[in-house]
Amino acid sequence: MPVAMPLPDDAVLKRRAEIVAALRSIVPGEGVIASDEAMRPYESDGLTAYRQLPMVVVLPETTAQVAGVLFYCHREGIKVVPRGAGTSLSGGALPLGDGVLLGVAKFNRIREIDFDNGVAVVEPGVTNLAVSQAVEHAGFYYAPDPSSQIACTIGGNVAENSGGVHCLKYGMTTNNVLGCELVLMTGEVLRLGGKHFDAAGYDLLGIVTGSEGLLGVVTEVTVRILKKPQTARAALIGFPSSEDAGDCVARIIGAGIIPGGMEMMDGPAIKATEDFVHAGYPLDVEALLIVELDGPGAEVDYLLERVQEIARSCRAVTCRVSNSEAERLLFWAGRKAAFPAVGRISPDYYCMDGTIPRAKLPLVLKRMRELSRHYGLRCVNVFHAGDGNLHPLILYDANKPGELERTEEFGADILRLCVEVGGVLTGEHGVGVEKRDLMPAMFTQTDLDQQQRLKCAFDDKGLLNPGKVFPTLHRCAELGRMHVHAGKVAFPDLPRF
Amino acid sequence: MSDPLKPRDGADVEAAIQWALAGGKTLEVAGRGTKRAIGRAAQWDATLDLSALSGVTLYEPEELVLSAKAGTPLAEIEALVAASKQQLAFEPMDYGPLLGAAPGGGTIGGAIAANLSGPRRIKAGAARDHFLGVSAVSGRGETFKSGGRVVKNVTGYDLCKLLAGSWGTLAAMTDVTVKTLPRAETEATMLVVKLDDAAARKAMAAAMGSYGDVSAAAHLPAAVAARIAATANAGAAVTALRLEGVAPSVAQRKTVLEAVLAPFGTLGALDEAASRTFWRAVKNVMPFAADGPSGTRDLWRISTVPAHGPDVGRRLAEQADAEILYDWAGGLIWVALPPSADANAALVRAAVAETGGHATLIRAPAAVRAAVAVFTPEPPPLAALTQRVRDSFDPNGLLNPGRMWAGV
Ligand SMILES: Cc1cc2nc3c(=O)[nH]c(=O)nc-3n(C[C@H](O)[C@H](O)[C@H](O)COP(=O)(O)OP(=O)(O)OC[C@H]3O[C@@H](n4cnc5c(N)ncnc54)[C@H](O)[C@@H]3O)c2cc1C
Repeated sequence: MPVAMPLPDDAVLKRRAEIVAALRSIVPGEGVIASDEAMRPYESDGLTAYRQLPMVVVLPETTAQVAGVLFYCHREGIKVVPRGAGTSLSGGALPLGDGVLLGVAKFNRIREIDFDNGVAVVEPGVTNLAVSQAVEHAGFYYAPDPSSQIACTIGGNVAENSGGVHCLKYGMTTNNVLGCELVLMTGEVLRLGGKHFDAAGYDLLGIVTGSEGLLGVVTEVTVRILKKPQTARAALIGFPSSEDAGDCVARIIGAGIIPGGMEMMDGPAIKATEDFVHAGYPLDVEALLIVELDGPGAEVDYLLERVQEIARSCRAVTCRVSNSEAERLLFWAGRKAAFPAVGRISPDYYCMDGTIPRAKLPLVLKRMRELSRHYGLRCVNVFHAGDGNLHPLILYDANKPGELERTEEFGADILRLCVEVGGVLTGEHGVGVEKRDLMPAMFTQTDLDQQQRLKCAFDDKGLLNPGKVFPTLHRCAELGRMHVHAGKVAFPDLPRF
Repeated sequence: MSDPLKPRDGADVEAAIQWALAGGKTLEVAGRGTKRAIGRAAQWDATLDLSALSGVTLYEPEELVLSAKAGTPLAEIEALVAASKQQLAFEPMDYGPLLGAAPGGGTIGGAIAANLSGPRRIKAGAARDHFLGVSAVSGRGETFKSGGRVVKNVTGYDLCKLLAGSWGTLAAMTDVTVKTLPRAETEATMLVVKLDDAAARKAMAAAMGSYGDVSAAAHLPAAVAARIAATANAGAAVTALRLEGVAPSVAQRKTVLEAVLAPFGTLGALDEAASRTFWRAVKNVMPFAADGPSGTRDLWRISTVPAHGPDVGRRLAEQADAEILYDWAGGLIWVALPPSADANAALVRAAVAETGGHATLIRAPAAVRAAVAVFTPEPPPLAALTQRVRDSFDPNGLLNPGRMWAGV
């Protein structure tokens, strides 16, 4: 797939042997991988259409080693790409041919569990699910739950500000982290936040979260852990149209109810998942909602009654409420298997991730059907309905000439549509290389320049994960220039008091 | 200081900042100036008064979103969303009473610039967590935007987080979008009386770790509890835990909390109305209000590791005549100290340094705020990054220079 990456630096490539040796002196033993064969697993992340072998892979084990690698690379002008588990769906961890791929997989320990303060201190290579599992015995969990949670790392979650089906009520990663240790490209080690709330000065943790590995390497994270809700029950509600389902979502929220999760699937998604997992989804409906309420039993029962009333008033044609944990999990089984289910009905699929104001859903679905006809490609929709985050899956066959290119164009059209109706390019998967060139659909050059200036404050030479997020790279000195037209700017004609 | 510049719209704000840039002037960025007395006392050439940028431009309750011009009074927004049974869940405190200004005077932009929050911080977050989108003019005189009007958004850096709590030192915000959330149908508060600080912390931790789903946890030592109507008649220290939600839920969780708290001491309760007024008083730190008995004391706001709250309190009390109010289950400590030339800064900073966290001098005479660090000083590599971040927005340092740290 053509995407212009920063030109490889020949001078760096020529010094490869020397660089590998230098890295070995910083990270001894197995920690430096330099053979093509052994580097193969690192050539792409979850967006497998893009592949590139790195110059060398480094797997440090300590913060001092990370600092050593970054200090060396900064001094020598060598690019670095951080990597967690490589599940990014936007190519954020795509290696550079003249760059060091810095994996944090060996940072896999949970350093401290502090129930008293409701926090866990973990290394960035710990998987998302492992955090919940480590605190489960005491009835706690870590709230953000991306579908990739068995594999993705906390460091990756921080870098992508990942969400999950429960983030409507419990927030994204950024709302659930309190502190981190960050190594800058210069090798300087910083502590941001801690076990207390809010930053002493600028909220640098807030800006690092969601920065896609462009500002620093995260080597420790302090996350909040929450008491698991006492009960959870789900309702499975079928509608004759997505308009009705959308209306129901709006009325539930309008009634002051914030469900733990609220997911929608369209007709094709219902059919694909039902054929696959047999969750008992109704097949004669055009839209299906899973509404999950969690909390004390009395609250869940009471709110479920209200949700059902609302659903009936929104022309729901089927409504089932889970009466056991097994049944609740069955309701979710279909939704959670949506991707593999779609994998069964199409050789390939491309997962999109835009967010829209919820009220625009019927319009967006209609326009997507038109686009689907236009491109001659099927599209299946799963949707975090509560917060307007769409995951259209475009079905294609990479072996058919031109289909992948058409798929990408279709995807780009969907994302532009999201922006056009007041939404954004990505709700949780990140910009990476995938949406990089679409950024101008949402931001002006001034907006992007300001973001890149901030990048310069962290990484003056632009060596950390270049080629991601921003469509064009600028030198920091160039961005810093300011054109003050002394004398030309008239004294502003403002009311003065 | 010259007369304020009072822009009517974003273009005016741009023009004002470009004027300052061209003329080498510095600007005080202000909403309605209610928090002017917070921060280092510094001098600016002119005030950029954003109060004319006022009005809610979008409110869609079912989408949980509201946009307003940055100078819109917070009180106006809170009244508007309340009419749709919603709220700003971060429960922004009002600094007015602490600073001797009329209550209800602040703007939404100011609430965000100060990253306000309230007792519900422990459950629902601070302004930073509810701030979705912004349009602002940087110290370069350029209008930029970040974020959007949807909750789930990871497109580009989250500049909203950086602007929240930046006290107007990076950019002048002109338009902001925030998340609104349903207001709880009802609330109640459970009380435990007569606990010392350490026992109170244990009780709050037990409640936080229970199925009670507590939305606020505060501890008021006897002298402080006596200054709030709802708890005055306890005649002792009061530890308070708030439950919010639909009635059946609050009732069930009350039973849960009763069981959890019973071993700690004598229990009491506040009904919905009393609970609301009590937490409003805690939120605005009324026991230390400017017109109250501690009004002339210096006031510090400390955010620390909740379990260590009582340790910080003890250290301060051992060495000074400290009056203390604990919120956030021990993680937020308001400390009123007898006035002194340095506001006891060394003492406070040492106490916090031992446990982790930060301290801000919220109230002290201007001379004191010019002499001691108001915000927590940062270690060298972090301070250097802070300066670079500031420069990336405001290279000439013309917006609120010196307000957060000397020279920054
Ligand atoms: C099947 C599937 C389902 C998914 N479902 C969801 C979902 O529901 N919600 C969601 O939000 N995402 C989802 N994702 C996307 C992905 O799992 C997340 O973005 C995840 O957070 C990436 O974590 P990772 O450890 O794999 O990071 P990687 O893919 O290795 O890296 C992601 C980015 O983070 C950077 N990075 C990684 N570690 C660090 C570090 N320690 N310091 C600095 N930068 C670092 C990398 O440079 C890269 O830019 C899904 C992916 C798949 C494959």
